[in-house]
Amino acid sequence: MGLLYQIFIDPFMQMGQAPDLLVQTLWEGLVGGVLYALIALGFVLIFKASGVFNFAQGIMMVFAALTLVGLYEKGVPAPLALLLAIGVMYLLALGVERVVLRPLVNQPDIMLFMATFGLTYILIGAGQLVFGGDPKEMPVTALGLPKGAIDLKILGGLVSLQKIDIAAAIIASIMVAGLAVFFQKTRIGRALRAVADDHQAALSVGISLNQIWVIVWFTAGIVALATGIMWGARSDVSFALQVISLKALPVLILGGFTSVPGAIVGGLIIGIGEKLGEFYWGPLVGGGIESWLAYAIALAFLLFKPEGLFGEKIIERI
Amino acid sequence: MFYREVGQFKTSYAADQAIFPIRQDRIGLALILAVAFIGIPLVGGEFMIASVMIPFLVLALAAIGLNILIGYTGLISLGTGAFMGVGAYACYKLSTLFPQVNIIVWIIASGLVSCAVGVLFGLPSLRIKGFYLAIATLAAQFFLQWCFVRVGWLYNNNPSGAIEVPLHTLFGIPITGATAKPLTRYYVVLAIVVVMTWFASNLVHGRIGRNWMAVRDMDIAAQLMGIRLLPAKLLAFAVSSFYAGVAGALMVFLWLGAAEPEAFNINESFVLLFMVIIGGLGSLIGAFLGAALIHILPIIVRTTPGALGLSIGSATAEHLTYIITGGLILFFLIVEPHGLARLWQIAKQKLRVWPFPY
Repeated sequence: MGLLYQIFIDPFMQMGQAPDLLVQTLWEGLVGGVLYALIALGFVLIFKASGVFNFAQGIMMVFAALTLVGLYEKGVPAPLALLLAIGVMYLLALGVERVVLRPLVNQPDIMLFMATFGLTYILIGAGQLVFGGDPKEMPVTALGLPKGAIDLKILGGLVSLQKIDIAAAIIASIMVAGLAVFFQKTRIGRALRAVADDHQAALSVGISLNQIWVIVWFTAGIVALATGIMWGARSDVSFALQVISLKALPVLILGGFTSVPGAIVGGLIIGIGEKLGEFYWGPLVGGGIESWLAYAIALAFLLFKPEGLFGEKIIERI
Repeated sequence: MFYREVGQFKTSYAADQAIFPIRQDRIGLALILAVAFIGIPLVGGEFMIASVMIPFLVLALAAIGLNILIGYTGLISLGTGAFMGVGAYACYKLSTLFPQVNIIVWIIASGLVSCAVGVLFGLPSLRIKGFYLAIATLAAQFFLQWCFVRVGWLYNNNPSGAIEVPLHTLFGIPITGATAKPLTRYYVVLAIVVVMTWFASNLVHGRIGRNWMAVRDMDIAAQLMGIRLLPAKLLAFAVSSFYAGVAGALMVFLWLGAAEPEAFNINESFVLLFMVIIGGLGSLIGAFLGAALIHILPIIVRTTPGALGLSIGSATAEHLTYIITGGLILFFLIVEPHGLARLWQIAKQKLRVWPFPY
């Protein structure tokens, strides 16, 4: 009885008693969710266009941010470092297409999945070799991002919003909107969607698969760079971020592998869900449940809707 | 030339269906066993046995378990590291609760505990498959790892949070703990691995294995043919986690001697997945080849510069190991997507027809 009370009533009592704390927790969850959603967005882009489940998205994020910070620390001005980092992501996209995707075309999904594991290892090694394994600080002000916090007085308490988080939310929204326009309105965007629909049909109307793959990986690289800057501004840029990026996987399950809006909604649900769970229910079992709660939410969800919130219904035929 | 089955006539169905129908294969197997049981203990030094052979065997055992799940049944799992952890912690808990019972019994029993946990986390596989399932098994990975850290009962509330292996003997000879000799530990591991490989081989070549492969190739078609998916998939999870659990127990008790929860983290799961894919999906020999490649490769990369007289820092060496491992994974995937086991098959075929091209 006491346990039931602790699980089902006490957390809600706490929420009611301290609404400002609830708002703060929701905000933290929202921001975390936006960042998860951005990583998931990179996954979705690549999965849609090339059918590759890109495990390396997390390390691409770290690698992009690390390139930026590493160049900045070597004395390159921040805007130039940003451009160079984008350039490096382009080279990476070219290399991946040439070395990994082209020879492995038409292989089973699991092989391509493993290939991105190999890519992950190479990027970890190369990143550490060139820039060192120590955590680095993101030059927030040099990049023109705001610092500090805004304190809001609402519901009889103080809620503190980090400016960088607000910026992250805004940039994320702009990027999603930009991608939506890119996919719907531009010629390349339409080609991307055609490739996502059917590789062979796209080839037969004269769309170059190789070119499309470079573009998609490059786009995912830019998304990774933006995500890396945001995560790096919140904590330091380090290889530990790669583990955080695994959290994007439950987001994908929730949203469906092929849906951009799904990635966003899934990210927000996971972000808010895990913060609320950790804050209100975590103490019951000793805390630290953030590490697996997202997966548990996704797993529970999968049992009822295996194709995700916005995923395509899977129809199987013999 | 010498590897040719000419003149070997089969006079019974049993001989025709044997796993090693060619005499040279049987001789080869006997040779490998002889090398493992006699040759390596005679030739290999302490380093060779304790740091190369024991880990190789333990990892190969875990890879066999994972291969049963991925290669034979087609269910991707990213939680093998955690299932190894379940085996290790179960073995630790059981052997400290009942220290008088023979440790081999507890190693097998811890496999059964891991088996039960595996079935529990295998339940979602009935609804979902492919990458979705892979992510679902990540839930197992992170949840179990959290348990290893937070549930003090599992490690007897040891303040360091690690599990340390006490002394256990078999026939009066210490086999675990600080006083056990590497050679004794090697023999115990080798014996267990040989028996379990033989068991796995019989399993995958029999009715159960055929059911698994039918499920792998297309589960709906398998269902239409009368294979019940629920028992087939759960059995695969059970057997796979049993192997992982035993491997985990062996890893802590006979290889490392002590372990922290970190030893069973997500990277361990990934490394095992590499072994299975590089070695060859759906092949037992592939599990051994993959384990050998992935485990021994970093050792070679680390020792080569020193042997060549180059001095590079240990940090640089580690980074290079990452790059080279990643590069090799890509290389093998591109050259032979079916893994080292397939290369082995091709080599055997070439030998059979040598000196003719075909």
